[in-house]
Amino acid sequence: MVVNQAPHLALRLPLRHTAGPIEGRSTVRNSPASQYDGPPDFRVVGRHAVFPETSHDEIERINFLAQMNRHLSARVVPGVKAAFDSRVAPAFEARHGRPLADRHETRRALLADPAFQTWSALRRLTMEQRQQAGRWTVIRQRERLAEIAARLTDGDERLKLDPDLAIPRYVSAVDHHCMPGSYHREYFPGDVTNGANYDHAGFVTTGGLLGRYSDGGGHAVARWVKRNLPDFQPKDILEIGGTVGHSTLPLAEAFPDAQMTVVDLGAPMLRYALARAKSLNVHNVRFVQASGEDLSQFPDASFDWIQTTMFLHELSTVALRNIFAETRRLLRPGGIVLHVEQPQYAPDMPLFEQAMRDWDAFYNNEPFWSRMHEMDLDAAMIAAGFSPESLIHGGVTGVVDKEIFPDAADDETEDYGRKAAWHVIGAVA
Amino acid sequence: MSISDAIAEAGAKPAGKRPYFLDQQVERVLAITMAIAQELAVTRQRADTLERILKAKGLLADGEIDSFYPDAAAQAERGLANQEYIARILRILQQENEAANLTGDIASEEVGDELSAG
Repeated sequence: MVVNQAPHLALRLPLRHTAGPIEGRSTVRNSPASQYDGPPDFRVVGRHAVFPETSHDEIERINFLAQMNRHLSARVVPGVKAAFDSRVAPAFEARHGRPLADRHETRRALLADPAFQTWSALRRLTMEQRQQAGRWTVIRQRERLAEIAARLTDGDERLKLDPDLAIPRYVSAVDHHCMPGSYHREYFPGDVTNGANYDHAGFVTTGGLLGRYSDGGGHAVARWVKRNLPDFQPKDILEIGGTVGHSTLPLAEAFPDAQMTVVDLGAPMLRYALARAKSLNVHNVRFVQASGEDLSQFPDASFDWIQTTMFLHELSTVALRNIFAETRRLLRPGGIVLHVEQPQYAPDMPLFEQAMRDWDAFYNNEPFWSRMHEMDLDAAMIAAGFSPESLIHGGVTGVVDKEIFPDAADDETEDYGRKAAWHVIGAVA
Repeated sequence: MSISDAIAEAGAKPAGKRPYFLDQQVERVLAITMAIAQELAVTRQRADTLERILKAKGLLADGEIDSFYPDAAAQAERGLANQEYIARILRILQQENEAANLTGDIASEEVGDELSAG
């Protein structure tokens, strides 16, 4: 996420003019605004009926934290890389008589280095401050938000909750990305606290790269499908793990004649999601509280398209297997399943990059991230019943409003594991 | 009341044992310092906003801020603002206290092993 600064500035601001002192003061060449290269002000985000109100200071807290993440990736990570190259890797090789062998060994070696320690401490506390900031904003107004959500969702058959749904261990054991209460905790009946926190303050991590409505991933998927499968006209679309609908609504809008279904474990997410969708005038989506592992409420061959976006890494080996099997069962002949994820670890990915990408698994409560990204997903798809010839591979980057937001495709900064550039793996049933 | 809830719950500890990368005492102080840095940034932006608006409207006179005296209601509001401010800055102490009262909290790495079991 966020934008690489120094190389761009060097290219954009060549000192080719021999400007005198008056010209030097009067042109935009030295104005701070002309040189700004970073996250947009939070005030440009798109709002909807159930979006929390944000005071001046709450907005500035989010702006500060987005800039902190940008600073860490653009200004601090290069120092960690330099420390790895100049200190960590050579010291390991001198001590052991061989180079580092894998990403776990690499991460453990980095843990002893002051540059990695300091970056890690700052990255962790920035995430904690982001959660506190977002929760403060939402909790102080959560009764009002619940009332708005209730007005928009009460009696609407497009919201189907299951209060008896068991929350699986892979969601309940540790709170993903240090988000207290995760996706499922309800603080009172009708609560939307955790949905509202997840929606509005995710900007801190993305720095705006997912766009005005945090929906750049969904737009990217819709564009990818229209380009690569131009004749595909789905009637029924399922998204598993759709949370508040960031990646959902662009699909529903791209295929307005289709009926879309979102399943998620979290009632606060789904309640918020339907209110958000209706407020944004998207009506062809229903939201169902269910586990992706057990979608037996839907008959075989119910869907033309099943989508997950940045979802597989929050599962378990068994759950991933079960979900792949459900997607195979639920697809109609000729239907497609697409999973959008950060890239898998491959032998040609440098060990430093692998170790940095693993950071969230160990230090940001994404426990399955590391194992998921080393899995043979092709084999898992085939084991679920998809034929090897039917597998789909591709890549997408976030689609945003370039007038306001830096574009993911042009972004050269590497914020390992959080950049808005993903891989697609899928299959045709 | 939601404001009281927010002071108490905004800084709640997420499930999952917290990793430390530096000496724990040092990392605690770093976290407190960075929270203060955040709030100072917010305050600077607010002051900047005010000054720009007041300047644009021609409303701010010299010495007016220095001679300001809040009435009783304003004093209470400003007291509450300080309470919220302190709770935000001392978040890490809250989370350590919550951790001390927990049994069976588990690290992400351990859960990863468990979840990866076939």
